[in-house]
Amino acid sequence: MSAFLRTWAVAKKDMRVYYLKGPVIIFGLLFPGFLFLAFAIGRDLPAESLAPGLIAMALFFTSSAVTPAVLPFETRTRTLERLLAAPLSLGMLLGGDVLAAFLFGLFVSLIPALVSILFITSTPPRLGLLAVTLLLSALTYAILGMLFSSPPTDNPSSVMTISNLVRLPTIFFSGVFVPISHMPAWGKALAAFSPLTYTTEALRAALGQETYFPVSLSLLMLCLFAAGLWAVSMALHRRNMSRRLWM
Amino acid sequence: MSTIIRVDNLTRRYGERTAVNHVSFEVAAGELFGFLGPNGAGKTTTQRMLTGVLPPSEGTAYVLDHDMARDPLGAKEHLGVVPEVANPYLEMTGWQNLMLAGELYGMKRSARTQRAEELLRELQLWDRRADRAKTYSKGMRQRLMLAMALLHQPDILFLDEPTAGLDVMSRRNIHQTVKNLTRSGVTVFYTTHNVEEANVLCDRVAIISEGRLAAVDTPEALKSHFAESQSVQVAFASPVKPEALSDIPTVAHVEKEGDKLRLFTSQPGRAATEIALFAQRQGLEIVSLNTLGPSLEEVFLSITGRGSHPREEKS
Ligand SMILES: Nc1ncnc2c1ncn2[C@@H]1O[C@H](COP(=O)(O)OP(=O)(O)OP(=O)(O)O)[C@@H](O)[C@H]1O
Ligand SMILES: [Mg+2]
Repeated sequence: MSAFLRTWAVAKKDMRVYYLKGPVIIFGLLFPGFLFLAFAIGRDLPAESLAPGLIAMALFFTSSAVTPAVLPFETRTRTLERLLAAPLSLGMLLGGDVLAAFLFGLFVSLIPALVSILFITSTPPRLGLLAVTLLLSALTYAILGMLFSSPPTDNPSSVMTISNLVRLPTIFFSGVFVPISHMPAWGKALAAFSPLTYTTEALRAALGQETYFPVSLSLLMLCLFAAGLWAVSMALHRRNMSRRLWM
Repeated sequence: MSTIIRVDNLTRRYGERTAVNHVSFEVAAGELFGFLGPNGAGKTTTQRMLTGVLPPSEGTAYVLDHDMARDPLGAKEHLGVVPEVANPYLEMTGWQNLMLAGELYGMKRSARTQRAEELLRELQLWDRRADRAKTYSKGMRQRLMLAMALLHQPDILFLDEPTAGLDVMSRRNIHQTVKNLTRSGVTVFYTTHNVEEANVLCDRVAIISEGRLAAVDTPEALKSHFAESQSVQVAFASPVKPEALSDIPTVAHVEKEGDKLRLFTSQPGRAATEIALFAQRQGLEIVSLNTLGPSLEEVFLSITGRGSHPREEKS
């Protein structure tokens, strides 16, 4: 209980300090919004088929926007050493950052999700599945953002650059705009390695659309990605954390 | 008294350079322990290893019976830390910063708010508690950092040059708080490069130079090793040439210091008597007469090898 309260204290601090930072707003909200508009406008696609992709993009970009900003800013503003001196394990410290990023992604993504089920889609949604997909996806991408911030730098924009280098190509082979089933064989193979694929697939199922992968597989893969990314991220941060003290 | 910090062969390397080189010492519970050294001596590196923020390359640091490299959490619970260059969260108010500090140490809300009020009043920040730390001056930020380190009533307080760059008022405020703490039994590890600060504040002082521990003792004991640099300082109502005094028995040499003369001697008491007799013979009026021991600064400079001929004196 005490461990959770301390983790929560870290998350609250992140919400106060980092939710409104420039890079978070730009790369977490504006950027995916414009990207989606650029793709959707001028094409004669039915809104219904775009809805899962819209929600998936929102989840992907918003949930992975906060965590990359936190540690570089803590390094630069010299607030990190005090946190490291506090009685927190590395898991509690990173867990608090992930929690703040998770909540940011979850709540922002609720907007396109609600708009979709209220105004766009005609088939009744599977609400339970929708909720589970939102939760699992927001968690996975919050952890992915944590991984992006593992290089020991005090420059938030260089972390944002790394993160966009990975995030941008990912959306093109994850069934966001074009469903997996319509992709060529090599596209399908590539898509299997992207966590975003499983979010889009699970969302299609939740909104009553056809899917390529079975729902249970999509949810399982999201869990595996979350666990795997967490393990790698912990290992890298453990190695790099004390190097941040001299930045 | 029981040992609360035990450092054994503590070493930290950065590539080829050894920042802290096989340092060993102990701090007793309740002590105000000064950790003194020039820039780059390895003070900050040592404090970071003691507070469990930086792993050592070699050796061990036991704080409150916890090995800080292996099991730091148990000890961290009872440590208060003010790092050398550190900030509160500037976007948050002073009050929010304190609440965060309390939550990180698992304090209950009632205890947090009560302690926060006490500390904010003591450190003269109460009126500004609802302002964002961004609007605080350097001294106010540093006092807020101190309050954040003290909120959970730590057993040991680590301070890394807490008064660097602060004005007299802020410095006094911090010194007073530290003295009050030791009175209530808190152990203080006080890192500084300011000799006078160590002299007036600390029970014992460790002097570190180029990563090696050069001496650990009370300020007075350190000074007594340098008996040969004792002196007598005298001021006459009318000007007197230094040469006129150089024939006085036991005086090694005489230096002019402003409107005063300083006579170096191994027997300051005897020299003072001789000066008084000299003044009487010559019909001179003595304005002031002081015997001066070696200052801790002289000891420090001589140990850290920056000054071969001790002459500076600080009051
Ligand atoms: N990350 C690092 N890489 C290489 N050398 C380092 C690193 N950090 C510190 N050092 C070196 O270690 C030595 C000790 O540094 P440290 O910061 O502990 O000194 P200090 O006594 O606190 O000095 P100051 O009074 O200037 O704060 C210095 O020579 C410094 O150059
Ligand atoms: Mg230092």
